[in-house]
Amino acid sequence: MKCWALEIDVKRCINCSNCVLATKDEYVGNVFPGYSAEQPPEGVETIKIVRHVRGDGSFTDVSYIPKTCNHCDNAPCIKAAGDGSIYKRSDGIVMIDPVKAKNRRDLLDACPYGMILWNRTAQTPQNWNFDAHLLDAGWTEPRCAQACPTNAIRALKLDDEDLAKRVEEEGLSTLRPELNTKPRVFYRGLDDVLRHMVTGNIHEVAEDGRQQNLAGVEVVLIDSAEGGKRSAKTDAFGDFRFDGLIAEVSTIELRLRRNGAEVPIASGQRGGSLNLGTLRVDRAAAGAR
Amino acid sequence: MNRSILVLILRLLPGAIRIAARLFPNVREHLAVGDWTICLRLRDNSLARQISFNKGKISATWKRTDEADAEIVFMDVSTARKLLAPKTDFAFVIDALKNFKITQVGSDVALLWFGGLINAIQSASWKSGTKMKDGTTRHVTLTNGGPVFVFVKDDKIIRTTPIDLADDDAPSWCIEARGQKFKPQRRATVSPHALSLKSLVYSDKRILYPMKRVDFDPKGERNPRNRGKSGYERISWDEALDIVVGEITRQKKVHGPGAIAIAAPAHHQWGNINYYLSAMQRFGNLIGYTRVDPSPISWEGWYWGAMHHYGNNMRLGTPSFYGTIYDCLENAEQIVFWSSDPEATSGVYAGFEGTERRDWAKKLGLDFIHIDPALTKTAQFLGGKWIPIKPGTDAALAIAIMHEWMVDGTYDKAHVEQRTTGFDEWSAYVLGKEDGIAKTPEWQETKTGVPAKDARSLARVWAAKRTYLAAGGLGAGFGGACRTETGAQWARSVVMMMAMRGWGKPGINFGNLQIGAPQDLNFYFPGYSEGGISGDLYNSASSVNNYCRMPHVLTLNPVLQAVPRQRLAEAITEGHTEGYKWDGFSIEGQYAKYSYPKPGYSPIHMLYRYGSSSFGTVPGSDRLVAAYRHESIEFVVNQSIWMENEAQFADLILPVCTALERNDIAEWASPGGYMQHSQTQVNHRMIMMLHKCIEPLGESKSDYQIFLAIMTRLGYGSMFSEGGCTELNWCERIFNSTDLTERISWAKFLKKGYYVVPPPADQDRPPVDMRWFVEGRDKDVPEANPLPGQYVDGFLKGLPTQSGKFEFVPSSLRRMEKFDPARPAVNRYRNDKGDERVGRFPLQLVTNHPPYSFHTQTDGKNSHVSMLDDHRLEVDGYRYWVLKIGQADAGARGLKYGDLVRVHNERASVICAADVSPMMMEGVVRGSESCAVLDLIPSQVGLVDRGGCLNLLTPARQMTKTADGIMPNSCWVEVEKWDKGQERAA
Repeated sequence: MKCWALEIDVKRCINCSNCVLATKDEYVGNVFPGYSAEQPPEGVETIKIVRHVRGDGSFTDVSYIPKTCNHCDNAPCIKAAGDGSIYKRSDGIVMIDPVKAKNRRDLLDACPYGMILWNRTAQTPQNWNFDAHLLDAGWTEPRCAQACPTNAIRALKLDDEDLAKRVEEEGLSTLRPELNTKPRVFYRGLDDVLRHMVTGNIHEVAEDGRQQNLAGVEVVLIDSAEGGKRSAKTDAFGDFRFDGLIAEVSTIELRLRRNGAEVPIASGQRGGSLNLGTLRVDRAAAGAR
Repeated sequence: MNRSILVLILRLLPGAIRIAARLFPNVREHLAVGDWTICLRLRDNSLARQISFNKGKISATWKRTDEADAEIVFMDVSTARKLLAPKTDFAFVIDALKNFKITQVGSDVALLWFGGLINAIQSASWKSGTKMKDGTTRHVTLTNGGPVFVFVKDDKIIRTTPIDLADDDAPSWCIEARGQKFKPQRRATVSPHALSLKSLVYSDKRILYPMKRVDFDPKGERNPRNRGKSGYERISWDEALDIVVGEITRQKKVHGPGAIAIAAPAHHQWGNINYYLSAMQRFGNLIGYTRVDPSPISWEGWYWGAMHHYGNNMRLGTPSFYGTIYDCLENAEQIVFWSSDPEATSGVYAGFEGTERRDWAKKLGLDFIHIDPALTKTAQFLGGKWIPIKPGTDAALAIAIMHEWMVDGTYDKAHVEQRTTGFDEWSAYVLGKEDGIAKTPEWQETKTGVPAKDARSLARVWAAKRTYLAAGGLGAGFGGACRTETGAQWARSVVMMMAMRGWGKPGINFGNLQIGAPQDLNFYFPGYSEGGISGDLYNSASSVNNYCRMPHVLTLNPVLQAVPRQRLAEAITEGHTEGYKWDGFSIEGQYAKYSYPKPGYSPIHMLYRYGSSSFGTVPGSDRLVAAYRHESIEFVVNQSIWMENEAQFADLILPVCTALERNDIAEWASPGGYMQHSQTQVNHRMIMMLHKCIEPLGESKSDYQIFLAIMTRLGYGSMFSEGGCTELNWCERIFNSTDLTERISWAKFLKKGYYVVPPPADQDRPPVDMRWFVEGRDKDVPEANPLPGQYVDGFLKGLPTQSGKFEFVPSSLRRMEKFDPARPAVNRYRNDKGDERVGRFPLQLVTNHPPYSFHTQTDGKNSHVSMLDDHRLEVDGYRYWVLKIGQADAGARGLKYGDLVRVHNERASVICAADVSPMMMEGVVRGSESCAVLDLIPSQVGLVDRGGCLNLLTPARQMTKTADGIMPNSCWVEVEKWDKGQERAA
């Protein structure tokens, strides 16, 4: 049986909010009997875009992580409802029955992701329900995917085997897998943006006293929490960037590598991403000409 | 024979009308309100047919009697036959009216009704919209951010969605670049604001009926000082029209021509008929009015500066873009985004069509560099090198880069030698031979905040790689940097940089993939600047195509007086002002000075304000409060959709409906005229109906209908509507004037609502812009620009400058610099006011175009856009405008994310919500302009605006004495934490 899943490419989300606005357009002013109650214009943000900032200064890196109900295969909210007011359809979509779930404010706490919202005008909990009423009417994707200009949000309808294969091959991940809720919303690129960077700039002072970026030189990073050494070349502006560091904290040392020799030029404590800023090296350390 | 056929037609006419009434409800409805007797006769009275309409009943005689309310008189039999043909030949009709071959006598209202009846019969069988399986009807509309489907059921809008192209819509183009094929997705992407339509239509701020200020009495006390303070009461349309018409007549009688001024915004709802350059201009010309002239505020530094070096005056100084999407993908190695954030600003009107193309560039491995005070949305998406720069100093960086190219010799020497002039004089300034100061990267560092080493690296990598320069959001123009004190210096610098690089060579051009897609540019459909139905040949591009192809009646404004929009406030409060013209017909057009009042005219005593945006969009908008309250302004009427902003200062408010409540027609992203071929921003050219999807809410009417109602009271109803044409009739007339007739029938187009223009064949694309120039050939791009008379060496040869070449020291400025030394022919860096007030107000404020709203149109009024935290952040139940501030500046002021702050300078105070992040450089804060909500409240520090109108803070002055451009981004403020407890009178 083919079931619905959502795939979100974090690197393609540009924070335009079209997904949020298209979803508001669908649910504000409209009631879909059996599916969802009418939403008020604000307060029921069933799609949220979380800004994720790494680094600082001119090395600041920003990504956006859209969040929705995860339509978990092991949904804690279904258990918490207990009476079928939240249920999973055979096509994978988790539905909150707007009539049965009325007054169940307690269900807001049942979602560890915080994606059950309170609809205060209908006095019922509400989730992003994949726009099930549209899918049942023949739509091939929900409003958010249809409105997304970069195809960062894509709807998938696959059987379990094909879905598992896709997750594996494409390196997709979910939010907070340790909760074992088995989300059906998968992210591409999420791991990358949750990992950390070490960035900086290398420059020297020329004979005439002017500062000059050192382009194309090799720098080496030793991170106490990661194995081995990583190396990178500075770009045309003398900037370097190491990415993909997993540990939250570590001690780092940065070295300049020239003619086989490595010269330490910076060290420090890393908490998250670390921007070493502008590093000046002596002309002697920059190596023989 | 002819005569007997005419007799037959006249005999059958009443019967034909009866049959049409039986068949079509719209005809029945029209007849039901008609109580007129119309006589159709030959001028010599030898034949007459008089038809009486009595609310549905029709009778006719062959005699003309005194009961006739109106007559349509024909010169002769053949004229009568042609008019009474089943399909109106407008070319014939307009010619006949102009030359008095047909005359209309008697009651204008009766003639209007009768013309409307004929139009109703002709359009009776027209159907619009597609029925869907779920019971909704699918209509279409076009917004300032792209086209959408509108699904309607029982006169209610259910949803609006982006349009996925159908399989039978035209195929998409394919660009082959670097061995890969690139085809755009078959979906019309739209901006965020285009998805908020329902919330705009059904907003609780909609003006649903005419209103009058409670303490305004046109026959008694007018109390102008209370504008903006007093409340409003509901009145009927009859009363409202009585007041407006009474005032129009009184102003002309008491004061004379020029007393009435009409002020419009720069953009509004889409639609060629209802656009201000169309219906509003037609209306204005028929009453005579003082124009409130727009200025080229999107173009500023390009118009007042860059243009002089190379021309493109018809584009107000911004570069062209033909073939550049292909050329960039095929040949460019990097893109420098300079004051360019297309992911936020979408060029103009173009949804997210460019985003996919920039993604291709990313996949192809192009490098990106972003020069901006903020880490822009584009920089966030594409990555690359961010070079933060102090606002208003960009020209210094540009000059320093040119310095490096000069000393390193890394510029296109052959091109500069062969096709430019003035390089020696320019070099002398840059290298320090003129003033002893070499304009090195070290020189610019203290001015811009860009470390010298980074400026030097930038110069090197720019010279080493084939680089596209995205100057301004469009890539080929605009940009916040062009709207500063040094805006002209920056725009001038970037065109000089491109000339040094060999502008036009493969991979070397202006652009950021936002504009220049391979579209069929031979296919004609008018843009909104082409005059629509205005009949105005002077103040639109109508004369080029529209006027010839769609026969309609000419209109001319008998009033020559005008006032510059940016000076309207002092024109009122001081009684006089002067300005320089927006004139794209030549490079020197901008030297035309004009002053207000114009000798011999009345000063302004009545303001007809079309729309209500100025407090959010005009720099130094605080001046408008005093202007609105000035004694000399006897009457203010405001025609708006929502109760916000300036509408709150009117004496009389006329309720307008949204585009979804009336019919119109337009093309996506197409102004035409001064932005010819702007639709090459979109991936598929789409010509759209703007269907009337639902009935107008309350008593609101379309702009066209409001103007018609006023015109009818004054006896111009038939003239304004050209014989009772409804908006739908005009849509058909416009349709028939275009190349659509060769591709699709009117019936099919109206029903479906759109047509996609097929792209040209792959091998039939326009050549790359400026390639002809750099290769020394005749101009070969399909652009009607410049005027033939501007060429020096012959038609299509060279640039429209005095030398015919690119001029590093423009002759046109050399002719001007004695008169205005602040506009030197040598583009010297000069930023005096830059340091003026750093002491008291140490932070620079930049006001960018909002990414989520389209100017004021979708902000405020409880729109869905206003619920986005990145646009307005909710604090204690009120949605505050967001101000972005860097971490160091916030830390120094004890601010954290979500704190309320007072942004202030000597002009005003505005309350915002702070967004603290590393995405802002130190020393600069950033908030969008275009706030719709003016919400002045008393506080312990005086009146503060809680709505977010940052333009209350921006400078009102122009760039130089003769460079009449705005400079809102040269603004200094202080920001401090705001305690809501301060919000009460001291």
